[in-house]
Amino acid sequence: MIQLIYLTILLPFLGFLINGLLGRKIKNEKIIGIIGSGTIVISFLIVLGAFFQTLALPVEQRQTIVNLFTWLQAGGLNINIAYQVDQLSLVMALIVTGVGFIIHIYSIGYMHGDKSFGRFFAYMNLFIFAMMNLILGDNFVLLFLGWEGVGLCSYLLIGFWYDRKFEKSTTSDAAKKAFIVNRIGDFGFLLGMFLIYLTFGSLNFNDVFSHASAISIPVSTMNFIAVFLFIGATGKSAQIPLFVWLPDAMAGPTPVSALIHAATMVTAGVYMVARCSIIFASAPDILTVVAVVGVLTAIFAATIGLVQNDIKKILAYSTISQLGYMFLAMGVGAFSSGIFHVMTHAFFKALLFLGAGSIIHAMHDEQNIQNYGGLKKYMPKTFITFIIAALAISGIPPLSGFFSKDGILWYAFANGNILYWLIGTITALLTAFYMFRLVYLTFYGKERFGQDKHPHESPNVMTIPLIILAVLSVIGGFIGIPEIFSGEHGNLFENWLEPIFSNANAKLAAFGIQSSSTEFLLMAVTIAGAVGSIFYARYLYLQKTRLPAVYSKKFKGLYNLLLNKYFVDEAYDAAVVNPIVRGSDKILWKITDNKIIDGVVNGTASLIEVISKNIRKLENGIAQVYAVIMLLGIAAALFWLILSF
Amino acid sequence: MENNHLISYLLFIPLAGGILLLLAEKSKESLIRYLGFIFSIITFVISLFIYAGYNINKGGFQLIDKITWIENLHISYHVGIDGISLLLVLLTTFLTPLTLLSSWKAITNKVKEFTFFMLMLEVGMLGVFVSLDMFLFYVFWEAMLIPMYFIIGIWGGDQRIYASVKFFLYTMFGSLLMLVAIIWLAVYASSSLGHFSTDLIELYGIGPAVQLEIQRWMFLAFALSFAIKVPLFPLHTWLPDAHVQAPTAGSVILAGVLLKMGTYGLLRFCLPLFPQSAVYFAPYISTLAVIGIIYGALVAMVQKDMKKLVAYSSVAHLGFVVLGIFALTQESVQGAVIQMVNHGLSTGALFLLVGILYERTHTREISEYGGIAKVVPVFAVFLMIASLSSMGLPGLNGFVGEFLILLGAFESPVLNSWWYAVFAASGVIFAAVYLLWMYQRVIFGEVKNPKMNSLTDMNKREIFILSSIFIFIVWIGVYPSTFLNVSAKSTETIIQQVMAGAHAEIPSGQILHPKTAVIGETSPAGK
Repeated sequence: MIQLIYLTILLPFLGFLINGLLGRKIKNEKIIGIIGSGTIVISFLIVLGAFFQTLALPVEQRQTIVNLFTWLQAGGLNINIAYQVDQLSLVMALIVTGVGFIIHIYSIGYMHGDKSFGRFFAYMNLFIFAMMNLILGDNFVLLFLGWEGVGLCSYLLIGFWYDRKFEKSTTSDAAKKAFIVNRIGDFGFLLGMFLIYLTFGSLNFNDVFSHASAISIPVSTMNFIAVFLFIGATGKSAQIPLFVWLPDAMAGPTPVSALIHAATMVTAGVYMVARCSIIFASAPDILTVVAVVGVLTAIFAATIGLVQNDIKKILAYSTISQLGYMFLAMGVGAFSSGIFHVMTHAFFKALLFLGAGSIIHAMHDEQNIQNYGGLKKYMPKTFITFIIAALAISGIPPLSGFFSKDGILWYAFANGNILYWLIGTITALLTAFYMFRLVYLTFYGKERFGQDKHPHESPNVMTIPLIILAVLSVIGGFIGIPEIFSGEHGNLFENWLEPIFSNANAKLAAFGIQSSSTEFLLMAVTIAGAVGSIFYARYLYLQKTRLPAVYSKKFKGLYNLLLNKYFVDEAYDAAVVNPIVRGSDKILWKITDNKIIDGVVNGTASLIEVISKNIRKLENGIAQVYAVIMLLGIAAALFWLILSF
Repeated sequence: MENNHLISYLLFIPLAGGILLLLAEKSKESLIRYLGFIFSIITFVISLFIYAGYNINKGGFQLIDKITWIENLHISYHVGIDGISLLLVLLTTFLTPLTLLSSWKAITNKVKEFTFFMLMLEVGMLGVFVSLDMFLFYVFWEAMLIPMYFIIGIWGGDQRIYASVKFFLYTMFGSLLMLVAIIWLAVYASSSLGHFSTDLIELYGIGPAVQLEIQRWMFLAFALSFAIKVPLFPLHTWLPDAHVQAPTAGSVILAGVLLKMGTYGLLRFCLPLFPQSAVYFAPYISTLAVIGIIYGALVAMVQKDMKKLVAYSSVAHLGFVVLGIFALTQESVQGAVIQMVNHGLSTGALFLLVGILYERTHTREISEYGGIAKVVPVFAVFLMIASLSSMGLPGLNGFVGEFLILLGAFESPVLNSWWYAVFAASGVIFAAVYLLWMYQRVIFGEVKNPKMNSLTDMNKREIFILSSIFIFIVWIGVYPSTFLNVSAKSTETIIQQVMAGAHAEIPSGQILHPKTAVIGETSPAGK
C-alpha cells in the first residue's frame, strides 16, 4: 500500500479531469458525485493501508520515499516528483482524505440542483490532489506545488458562484483577495527555499533536515530561513498580518469552507512549520515570533468573533483563532500537540461548518443569526451534532477539543511563559462564549424568521456526514490523552510522531517536564472558565435577551471596532492597495512611460525632423548660396588646419 | 556528415514557399492560405528532424553547413545549431503554422501578401537563430524587420503607421551600433588571425582578448541593440504600441519569437564574446531587468486595453529572462532559456485568446466585457489556463523558468546579493494581481454589456490551436527535463566561456559556489 501512495494523488486528479471535462455531458448528479467521492474514498483506503503497514514497521524504518521521476534538474538542483510516507504525512493524509471524503458526500446533498454541479466536484478533487502533493511531497518544491495548487483551488471555489454579490463587492473579489494575499505569503516561502538551497545545496527534506542541526550554520542564516518560511505560513494559515482573506473566503459554498477554509488547507502552514521543526528549533528567536503571532492571532480573532452576526463569519474568525493556537503550539515547541489540534479541529470545525451549511440550507440562504432562533425542533440531528462540536471547540472534557487544546496550553505554561497560557486561556473562554452565543441565538429562543421560511431537517446524505464527524469529535481526543491520565502508555499520538520531532525536541531540550498536579490545576481553571462562559452566553442570549443591545450601546466604540474587524481591511486599502494602484497608473504609466520615455523618443524624432526641415531650406537651388556655403566651408577647413599646426 | 544540409532546408522551405505564393493568383485566397500553412508545416517537420539529428549529450554546434560567400572578406554562409538555438527554432516553427491558422478568418484583406510576409518573417527569425557568422546574422536580423514592419503597417489597427515606424526606428537605432561593433571586431580579428573575419567560432577566441576598455564599448553596442529588442526597461515603449496595433498573428510572433532574438543575442554574442564586460555590467543590467519585472507588472495592472496589458506583462517576463542570463549560474541560465520558450507559449496563447475576443466584438477594452463565463465557458477555461501559466503556477511551464531564474539569481556569485531575487520575486505577486484582475473583470460577474450575450464560444479551429500550445504548457510544467536537457550542455558551455574569460574580473573567492563552502561537514561556516 505504501508503494501505491501515488494513487492517492493520481486518482483525485483523474476525478478532476473526468468531472471537469465531461461534467457538462454527464449531467447526472449521482454519477458525478460517485466519481468525485469515489476517488477520495479509494485514496483514503490506500492511506489507511499505508498507515497500518507503517505501524507494523519498526520505528526507525517508518519513513518510505516513493520516487516517480525527475522534475526539475539544472546545475546542482535536483528535484524529484517523490512522495514521502512517514508518521507526519500519514496523519495529515488521513485527515485530508478522511474528512475530505465525508465532505464530498455531504456536498452531493448540499450542491444538489446547482447548475455547475460537475465543476464543483472537479474543483474539489483538484483540491485534494494539490493538498496531497503538499503533505506527501519529499521536498520543498513539490510542497510548494501543492501549496500554490491549494491556493488556486481555494480561488476557484471561493469564486465558484462567480455572478453573485458578496457583501459590498462580489464573490470574485473575495476569491482574488484570497489568492493575492496568499501569494504575498508565497513570496516569503520562495525566498525561504532560495536561502535553504544556498545554505544546504539541496531542497530535499532529508538532505536539508539532516544537515540543519549542524553547528556550522550561523544562527542568523537559520533565522532568515525560518522567518521567510513563516511568512509563507501566515499567508496560507491566515495569521496576523495576512489573515484578512479568510473571512472573505466564506463567499464560497459552505462545504468548501468546511474542507478548505477550516479542516485542511489553512492548516498547511502549521504542517509546514512542523515539517521544518528542526529549522525552527535552530532559530529560537523566530520560534518566539511564531508563538507570539499565534497567541495574538488567537485572541484577536476571538474578540472579533464575539460580535459578528453572519454564522459563517463567526466560524471563520473562530478558525483563525484556533489556527493561532496551533502556531502557539509550534512556537513553544509542542509540535505534536499542534498537529493533534490540527486533527481534532478538522473534526469539530468541519462539523460546525457542515452544520452551518445545513442550517443555511434550511433557511434558504439566510446567514444572519439574528434572524434565526428556535431551530432546535425543526432540525434535531443538525442541532445535536452542532452542540457536540460546540462543546468540543469550547474544550469541555472528554471531547476531542479538550485534550488537544489543553495540551497546547499546558506546554505554553510549562515552557516558561505564563502570558502565553493566560492569553490562551482567555481565548478559550471567549471561544466558549461566542460559540454558545451562536448556539443560543440559532437553536433556542423565539423564532425570529419570517413566514416565508420553512426550516426543515436536511436529507440523510447531509446528516450522516454530520453524525460521523460528531462521533469523531467525541472520540478523536482519546488517542492523544496526556500521560497524567493514561499512565504508562503515555500519549499515543505524541509517541507516534516522536521520531519526526526528536531532533527538534533535542535541540530545544525543553521536554524534561513531568506531568504534575499543576497540570490538573490548570485544566480545572480552563474547564471552569469555559463552563462559566457557556452559562454567561445562555444568560445573555436566552434569558436577558435585551442586555446585548444595551451593552453594545454602552460600549459603542469598542463594539464598532470589533464589528468592523478593527478596520484592518480599510487600513490595508489606504496604506498599501490604493497607493500602489494609483501610483502605477499616474506616476509609472501616464508620466514615466507616456511622458518621459516616449517624450524622449518622440522628441528625438521631432528634433531630427525640425533640423532636417531647416537644413532642407539650404537646398534652395540658388547657385550663389551654394557658392557662399562652399567658400565658408573651405575657410573653416583651412582655419582648422592652421590651428592644428 | 550526412544530414548537414538540414538547416539549409529549414531556411529554404519557407523561402521557396513564399516565392511560390507570389506566383499564385491573388483571388485564390483559400489556396494561398493552405499553401502557406502547408509550407510552414513542412518547416516544422524539418525542425523535428533537426531535433532528432541533434546530439544533446555532445553539446556544441552541430549540423553545421558552411559555404564561402564573400571570399575576400572571409564571410561565409555558416549555419549550425546548439541546444539553445534548437529550442528557439522549434518554438518558431511551432508557432508559425498556428499563427497562420489563427489568421484564417481574421485576415481577409491582401491574403497573399500577408501569407508571404509571414513566411519571410519565419525565414528571417530562423536565420537569426542558426547563423554562425556575424555578417549573416546581421543580414537576417535586419531582413526580419521588413516583413514585421509591413505586417503591422498594413494589417494593423488605427495607429498602425505610428507604431510600425516607431518599431522600425527603435530597432534600427540599436542595430546600427551593433553593425559598427561587428565591423570593428572583424577588423580587429585580422591582427591575430591574419584576415578579416566575421565567423562567430573564430571570434569567440578573439573577443575576450580585446582590451577591456574597448571591449566594454563593444559589449554596450551589442547589448543596446539586443536590449531594445528584448525590450529591457527603459527601452520598452515601442512594444505596447507595436502589440496593440499589430494583428493577432503579428503580436503572437512578435511576443513569441521576436523578443527572444534579443535575449538570444545576449546569450549567443554578448556573453561569450565579451565575458569580462558581461560580468562587469551584470549588476547594472540585472538591476534594469528587475526594475522591468516590477515596472512592467505594475503598469500592466492599470491598463484598460487587454492587449496592452499582455504587452506590458511581456516586459516583466522578459525581465526575468535577462536577470537569468546575467545571474550567470547554470540554474539561472537554464531557467532563462526555458523561460524564453515559456513566454512564447503563454503570451502567445494570451494574445491568441485576446484576438479571439477581438474578432467577435472588435473591442479590447476590459470594461466592455464582464460576466462572459456564462456565454463562452470554453473560452473562460482556456483564458484561465493561459493566465495561470503566465503567472507561474507550479505544474505549468511558467513556474519552471521563473523558479530556476530566481533560485540562480539568489545564489549568483556574479550578482553577489539577495536583493535582485528578492525584488524580482515580488513580481510573482504582481503577476497574480494583474492577470486575476483582468480575468475577473472580463470573465466573472454578471453580463453588463448586452452585446456580449451574443458572443459565440471558441470554434474547433481555435480550440485546436490553443490545445496544441497547452500540451506544451503542461509538458514543460510537469516534465521539463525533455527541454532542459536539450540546452543543458550549451548553457554550461556559455557559462564556462564567460567564467574562463572573466576570471580576472571576479575576486577568486566569489567564483566558488557558495553552497560547496557550507554543505561539507568538514569545511567551516560559509559566512
